[in-house]
Amino acid sequence: MSRTIYVAFLEGFNPSWGENLPARLTEWVPGPIEPLSSLALGMDPYYAPERGQYNATLVLARLLRYLPEPQAKIVGLTNVDLFIPVLTFVFGQAQLEGPGALVSTYRLRNEFYGLPPDAGLLRDRTIKEVVHELGHTFGLVHCRDYECVMHASTYVEEIDLKGPGFCSACRGGLHAATGTNATLGAGG
Amino acid sequence: MTKKRKILIVDDELSVRNSLREWFLEDGFDVATAEDGESALREMHGAGPFDVFVIDLKMPGMDGITLQKRVQEADKDAAIIILTAFASVDTAVEALKLGAFDYITKPVDPDDLSNAVRNALRQRELSEENIRLRDKVREMVLPSPIIGESSKMRGVMGLIDAVAETDATVVIRGESGTGKELIARAIHARSPRRFFPIVAVNCGSIPETLLQSELFGHEKGAFTGAQYRRKGKIELANGGTLFLDEIGDITPQMQIDLLRVLESKRFTRLGGTQEVTSDFRLVCATNQDLEKLVEEGSFREDLYYRVNVFTIDVPPLRERAEDIPLLARFFVEKYARSMSKPVKAISPAAESVLAEYEWPGNVRELENAIERALVIGCGELLEPGDLPLRVERRAEERAGRPSRSSLASLEERHIQRVLEECGGNITRAASALGIDRGTLYNKLKRYGIERPA
Repeated sequence: MSRTIYVAFLEGFNPSWGENLPARLTEWVPGPIEPLSSLALGMDPYYAPERGQYNATLVLARLLRYLPEPQAKIVGLTNVDLFIPVLTFVFGQAQLEGPGALVSTYRLRNEFYGLPPDAGLLRDRTIKEVVHELGHTFGLVHCRDYECVMHASTYVEEIDLKGPGFCSACRGGLHAATGTNATLGAGG
Repeated sequence: MTKKRKILIVDDELSVRNSLREWFLEDGFDVATAEDGESALREMHGAGPFDVFVIDLKMPGMDGITLQKRVQEADKDAAIIILTAFASVDTAVEALKLGAFDYITKPVDPDDLSNAVRNALRQRELSEENIRLRDKVREMVLPSPIIGESSKMRGVMGLIDAVAETDATVVIRGESGTGKELIARAIHARSPRRFFPIVAVNCGSIPETLLQSELFGHEKGAFTGAQYRRKGKIELANGGTLFLDEIGDITPQMQIDLLRVLESKRFTRLGGTQEVTSDFRLVCATNQDLEKLVEEGSFREDLYYRVNVFTIDVPPLRERAEDIPLLARFFVEKYARSMSKPVKAISPAAESVLAEYEWPGNVRELENAIERALVIGCGELLEPGDLPLRVERRAEERAGRPSRSSLASLEERHIQRVLEECGGNITRAASALGIDRGTLYNKLKRYGIERPA
């Protein structure tokens, strides 16, 4: 049986397309997807003034406290800039084969690169990053297929190059991890 | 399925170790972490080898540069990326000069980190591929197949298969030129020790004092001229096979030394005090009657029992005449290829000359005869006229005028004549006779032949 995946919008994250996001995700990841509202998770404690960014590891650790059931998974979405100590930034973070993931839209926005805003592109990039991080929570590692959603992306153009779906090898890994054979959108 | 790559992250900061660990786990690596140089070296010996090392430059205790040196002492192909919070050109240059693959500054751009690791892995894969290709070339070049379909050679092959998998000591007996070393190499190639070297020593052709150094190695200053430490053949055979050819020729003192090593697998280099251990399998060969040597007292009985665990008798070529055409064709193909000659086959007349000859020098003599014939021959068929003269003459002698002389006296006269023709030059005479120098020395000793002045 598939475990429920809860999607949590963190402080300040409220895009126009956010409401439809859980429904869109069901196309690409297995299991019921539910929004998780009214999270009392303020971002201030995780701000690192010397870097002007938020510590993703600490936010994720806090997010896990809001997991409704132990066997469920949770993915948090935020619009602040995230980092992990050794890297200059991260698009997101996940626990490999664990329950939690976190995605930031801060560097997915066109405006960050001096380009005009594009809500559709931002939504597509966000979906890909959420599916990617959730893939890690199912135990999937980076894939060499550049069209597969599990392909590692260190810059935004790489995200645009890949699709939101898993390649056949990663889909196989996902089915093995979930014990289901749900029909999902393909990528790669 | 591709092999999972292993990475060791060494940094004194827990948060850095953890975040890099997560990052590389998601990248599909097998990740280990260490908080300082000492733990890194322990991890290396316990969970290694690692494909890539990410090492922090500034750590309490052993710093990154020292750790880099220690890692490279243990694994010269280690791909090392130096990580630091302090960008300093001097230390970067030092790390790179010492062989670090790359140098990156914390915090790292994810793309830079990915590229550095990807490139380091590529370098590591190239080093590994280089080693694999070298092994492949060695495999392609070294072992010659054992040719023969006679019942005697099938029996030998059966014995090789039976003994190869075991670790038993083997004595290979047979006349000179029957291919005893080839049999030893076949045993090694089919044994679990095949990934380690087979080290061959011809005990008959080396004077005792040199043989000691050859087998046991020596320390610097062990004797006049010993300017450097030298590893002996026994040490080099560690993990593999030691092949001692002409074991019947070693002196009583060497027999004692060898017996001691065989029993303990420990020895000291000449002029040294430190014990060296070597785990090797012994394969010996001889063309002498070891039992007779034991009876005469020139070969120690305890050493005889130590080495004579399993015996393989290699038949002389005259006792497996049906293999002569097969062997001849094999050598024709081999030398035609290496000399780029058009010779494709042996004429029936030449085949009958080869079949009639007695081949006292066995397969080595046959190989030598074919090689020389191919130097002379130009057509597509190898003809009797291409064969070395003495082969023809010998065949004629056998066909027309049977000699009453013993084989030994014929051999003695023949060696004397060839030696004279070569002006007493042992190397040239051995080559002309189709035997190695060690065997020629033995024969000169046996027949009491003096080298012409």
